[in-house]
Amino acid sequence: MEVVRILHSMAGFAVTASIYAIFALGLNVHWGYTGLFNIGIAGFFAIGAYTSALVTSPQPTGVLAHYVKQAFGLNMPFLVGVTAAGLVSGLLAIPIGIPTLRLREDYLAIATIGIAETIRLIFNNERWLANGPQGMIGLAKPLGWLVPPNRYNFIYLAIVLAFLLIIYLALERGIRSPWGRVLRAVREDEVVTSAAGKNVFLFKMQSLVLGAVIMGIGGALYAHAIRAIQPGVFTPLFGTLIIWVMLILGGSGNNKGVILGAFIIWGIWSGTALLIDHIVPVTWSARAPYLRFLLIGLLLIGILLTRPQGLLGEEKQVSRMM
Amino acid sequence: MAELVGYGFVLGSIITLGAVGLTLIYGIVNFGNFSHGDLMTLGAYLALLLTARIFPALGISDRPLSPLSFGWVMLLSFIPAMAVTGLVALVADRLVYRPLRRLEVKPVFLAISSLAVALVLRSLVYILWGPDYHFLIHGLRPMLRLPLGVKLRPDQVFIIIIAWAMVAGLYLFLQRTKIGKALRAMADNPNLARITGIPTERMTILVWFIGGSMAAAGGILLGIDSQVRPTMGWALLLPLFAAIVLGGIGNPYGALVGGLVLGIVQQASTMWLLPSYKPAVAFLVLILILMFRPQGIFGGT
Repeated sequence: MEVVRILHSMAGFAVTASIYAIFALGLNVHWGYTGLFNIGIAGFFAIGAYTSALVTSPQPTGVLAHYVKQAFGLNMPFLVGVTAAGLVSGLLAIPIGIPTLRLREDYLAIATIGIAETIRLIFNNERWLANGPQGMIGLAKPLGWLVPPNRYNFIYLAIVLAFLLIIYLALERGIRSPWGRVLRAVREDEVVTSAAGKNVFLFKMQSLVLGAVIMGIGGALYAHAIRAIQPGVFTPLFGTLIIWVMLILGGSGNNKGVILGAFIIWGIWSGTALLIDHIVPVTWSARAPYLRFLLIGLLLIGILLTRPQGLLGEEKQVSRMM
Repeated sequence: MAELVGYGFVLGSIITLGAVGLTLIYGIVNFGNFSHGDLMTLGAYLALLLTARIFPALGISDRPLSPLSFGWVMLLSFIPAMAVTGLVALVADRLVYRPLRRLEVKPVFLAISSLAVALVLRSLVYILWGPDYHFLIHGLRPMLRLPLGVKLRPDQVFIIIIAWAMVAGLYLFLQRTKIGKALRAMADNPNLARITGIPTERMTILVWFIGGSMAAAGGILLGIDSQVRPTMGWALLLPLFAAIVLGGIGNPYGALVGGLVLGIVQQASTMWLLPSYKPAVAFLVLILILMFRPQGIFGGT
């Protein structure tokens, strides 16, 4: 029994790590392959999570309606929620891309921070939309009827891994296609790419939307894993920076690398949580979590300075025709 | 409305102090310093440390500066707080940004590393001072009635005076001294500056120190106006960037105008929106500028 319990909590770890791997794959489309500097992942993460929460949960009725406010509740199946999350997140990317993708790369960065903060503020302030700071709880549990709750992580892990695998395979295929080669050409030199007759803006927009769709799907998977979401989760650290560290550590421009990076960083993050709980005295418990933030920041600086290509580095990709 | 414009002027003066440094740094090292807001936070916490702990421990007693709600140790705290924050910015350059420049990575990598620096600074603030709010001032806050129906607290008048005195000082420095001219030349065109014999590395050190210490002053003034908390500077990052894009990146005079516009627009928006939406308003302004005049009103580098 004990073994199953340990395996179950390890599956819980793998669920979150795999979801972060999906975010990291989305960021890899943006930064790793196209050079789009997105530091507002938290925004796409939040919009995906909230979209799926609103689409899959029923509209509260009776006494509950007094305590839980939400704009709508469609009570649709999980897969509809995930699909909607990807679509809405992808659509959100378009108005961000239009004013910024023709300008130098930092402008996109500032705009993505802006959209992430704005989305968090909206969900925090507008209680009618998704219950404000309290957030939404008791989200749908796909295939939950199959097993008792203390075995559920195994089921959800299988679901998340299926998504991770599909996204990984699709990206590997896309990135090796002529389309993927144009993206990398845009990353290396926009002027040359446009001289070769490619519409750089359009390719950047496609990349921005595709990455955003992946991040939105990741957000939906996260919402149903935790089964409770509130605006406080989607902070710049938790929703954005940690994913950057995963990407840079694993190897920007290498899909296997960023998945590896996600598992390592999530391992460090969860491992140090346990460690700090044991070492740091109770009077410091309000401040202790920030030791881990400090560690993540130092780690990012360390990797950038010593191994900017990451653990795996970018793979050389040659067309199959050659 | 006149009241909101008055408050907007106060907020705008604070934003300006951050924005002039940010835009100079942007012009000279060619990347957006995402840790600039957290340098402001650090400055405010250093002033808190000085006024609440260090000065009393040194036996320096406070004397009130009526009608202001704080005493002269607050004024005294500006100098060490600004110096230390300037040094922190400089150390970040030596330890992080310069080694990266040496690796000849794209400027975007420097921007990413500045995010990491921001995270390190903010974590240190959380670890040393905890997540709670602190107050720099404890006195009552009477209102002054100024002409045109503007009502401001004496503290806020002080904020405006200090901020613009510093900006004027920076203006004279940039305009009248040889080093100042060299800095502007470098912000305008680093390569051209290098060929004319301007010591660019030394200019880089200088700009980090100036930018960091001006940011600290802005942070302290923000702390006097409201309260000191770990996310105070991060919340100003969007208005800072909107201000420098509005004024044209690398153009310190543009940043003055940009800072004031952002302060006034953000405060005026509270007529219709919750005050917590201020960063979102700054974002909206930024998007509008990027759509209609991405080079800023005065042009930039």
